Amino acid sequence: MSNTDFVLAVEDLTVSFDGFKAIDNLNLYVDRGELRVVIGPNGAGKTTLLDLICGKTKASTGSIKFKNEEMTRLSEHMIVRAGIGRKFQTPSIYENLSVFKNLEVSFPRGRGVFGALGFKCDDEVRNKVNEVADMIGLTDRLDVESGLLSHGQKQWLEIGMLLMQDPELLMLDEPIAGMSARERELTAELLLRICKNRSVIVIEHDMEFVSRIAHKVTVMHQGKILAEGSMEKVQADPKVIDVYLGH
Amino acid sequence: MNAIKNRVMRGGYGSFVILAFILIVAFPLLMDIFRLNLVGKYLTYGFVAIGLVMLWGYGGVLSLGQGVFFGLGGYAMAMFLKLEASDPVSTAIQSTPGIPDFMDWNQLTELPAWWLPFKSLPLTLIAVIAIPTLLAFIISYAMFKRRVGGVYFAIITQAVALILTVLIIGQQGYTGGVNGMTDLKTLMGWDIRTDSAKYILYFINVGLLLGSIALCRWIQLSKLGTLLLAMRDKEDRVRFSGYDVSMFKVFAFCLAAALSAIGGAMFTLQVGFMSPSFVGIVPSIEMVIFAAIGGRMSLIGAVYGTLLVNFGKTYFSESFPDLWLFLMSALFISVVMVFPNGLAGLYESHVKPRLVRRKSGSGPAKSIETPPKPAATPSTPASDIGLGAKVSNQSA
Ligand SMILES: Nc1ncnc2c1ncn2[C@@H]1O[C@H](COP(=O)(O)OP(=O)(O)O)[C@@H](O)[C@H]1O
Ligand SMILES: [Mg+2]
Repeated sequence: MSNTDFVLAVEDLTVSFDGFKAIDNLNLYVDRGELRVVIGPNGAGKTTLLDLICGKTKASTGSIKFKNEEMTRLSEHMIVRAGIGRKFQTPSIYENLSVFKNLEVSFPRGRGVFGALGFKCDDEVRNKVNEVADMIGLTDRLDVESGLLSHGQKQWLEIGMLLMQDPELLMLDEPIAGMSARERELTAELLLRICKNRSVIVIEHDMEFVSRIAHKVTVMHQGKILAEGSMEKVQADPKVIDVYLGH
Repeated sequence: MNAIKNRVMRGGYGSFVILAFILIVAFPLLMDIFRLNLVGKYLTYGFVAIGLVMLWGYGGVLSLGQGVFFGLGGYAMAMFLKLEASDPVSTAIQSTPGIPDFMDWNQLTELPAWWLPFKSLPLTLIAVIAIPTLLAFIISYAMFKRRVGGVYFAIITQAVALILTVLIIGQQGYTGGVNGMTDLKTLMGWDIRTDSAKYILYFINVGLLLGSIALCRWIQLSKLGTLLLAMRDKEDRVRFSGYDVSMFKVFAFCLAAALSAIGGAMFTLQVGFMSPSFVGIVPSIEMVIFAAIGGRMSLIGAVYGTLLVNFGKTYFSESFPDLWLFLMSALFISVVMVFPNGLAGLYESHVKPRLVRRKSGSGPAKSIETPPKPAATPSTPASDIGLGAKVSNQSA
């Protein structure tokens, strides 16, 4: 396909594990500045889809274009450097480093071996850390060993680590799993704030949360896209009700 | 330069000074040259041990083949010394004078071309570092780019150690075979067998070792050190933060190899020979034990571990030769199972808190602030030269 305005264009994407197609001929287009939520029953292939986009899993066939650049042949770190950030389903932070260090290490400078040796935490880095810490509400916890944070705070910290890199596309896998009502509320606000100048893909189950943040919803089922559109539209779709919302 | 100095000195400065004092002042004063030379020999294994602290403790990559790099460094040095010892005059009785004796015994009539660079000291010194590092790069690049890690990587390093030993022993005419390279005499005319030479070599060795510790400490405190720890903990998170994880492991492996090679070269100089018995699987595993017992997160601890185990080995194998292997195995098992951070970990968790308490009088308020933690979880990575961060149970 020729160039598009989409930040992400996934086309005819298929991946099979021992013959089982976890993603089956899938097409997905995400606009710049869009916050897309992907929903679907367990095992629908949502996590696998993110794995494919960020290069963790290699596609069997199909194409993934990020800003019209083919991503399927790039290695993981090159995909990140192109501007795609990925948050894992379980909080994945460096538990025995301080919150500050977690953010500092995520700053996109000194990424090569010798760059890392010569890396200095200068004002630019400190300012960025403070800015991000403020966004994720961890300003007064910067010196805390991150393993001591609450579950919700760990999730935010990982989002913060991605924000350090200013990715143009941010992908979050079930960011509010295990959060309290209050934490969910704060997370929704955070997501709405961070999608102002980037695209975000969120995988989520909680319908109330989804309707609060989603610009557009994609429903997946058995590795395929079942429906796509506004929350109201997909909620009214009989196919969706059948496989997902129905039970 | 000052910044570097500050970074090196921050944390663990005290234990570094104590070690330096022991090695530079105490040992030379207390020991005769025979014993001191023995310590010098042990300290050459210390290079391997601190390399393992960086590679295994920090990088989470276990290598059971460090003897390869120790040996290559040692052999490179030995080749130079052997050539110097094989001048035509002192080898006049050979059928081909001017080549090393073992070549002559194996009917070689000419020095092989790949031996020629070892006629030059500068080239030899380059080779001491460059050859092992290059080999380390090739092995680790091939493995880590393919995501081979953990136990599989450890096995491959063992295989390399085995291959190299077999090669050295098999290619007698080129390597001196199982006897190694012996009868090394002079370095640019300077007789390395004299007492004064042994003193000088001991101090050079200590200087290089302390310098290597400072270098490694500097790396630990850089972002690269943080990344190594982070990788050991959450490799995918580092990878998906835009880092090429494999290259960091390659770096750690090459660093450990280069350090081992320096140790090997110093071994040759101080002991006066090099043989395959320092290359193979058993010595490689022994070197891991030195680091494990000293504490695989602690550069200083690894040096003490090396010294203690080797003193123990010398003592026991003189008095109860059969017991030593059992004792060392028992020591290793207890280190792995009971105190995973080795001696440095024990010091950190048992001795230091007491010292601190005594120094600061009573500290009940403080102990509320910082709840007691399990031995293996010191608070910050830069807290001391001893311990970086929690040692993950996965050891390979
Ligand atoms: N690496 C893999 N090997 C084999 N099967 C896999 C692998 N990854 C995912 N799957 C399978 O693919 C399907 C989709 O999984 P996943 O993407 O995790 O679903 P979701 O995140 O929507 O719950 C599941 O049936 C899962 O078992
Ligand atoms: Mg999932």
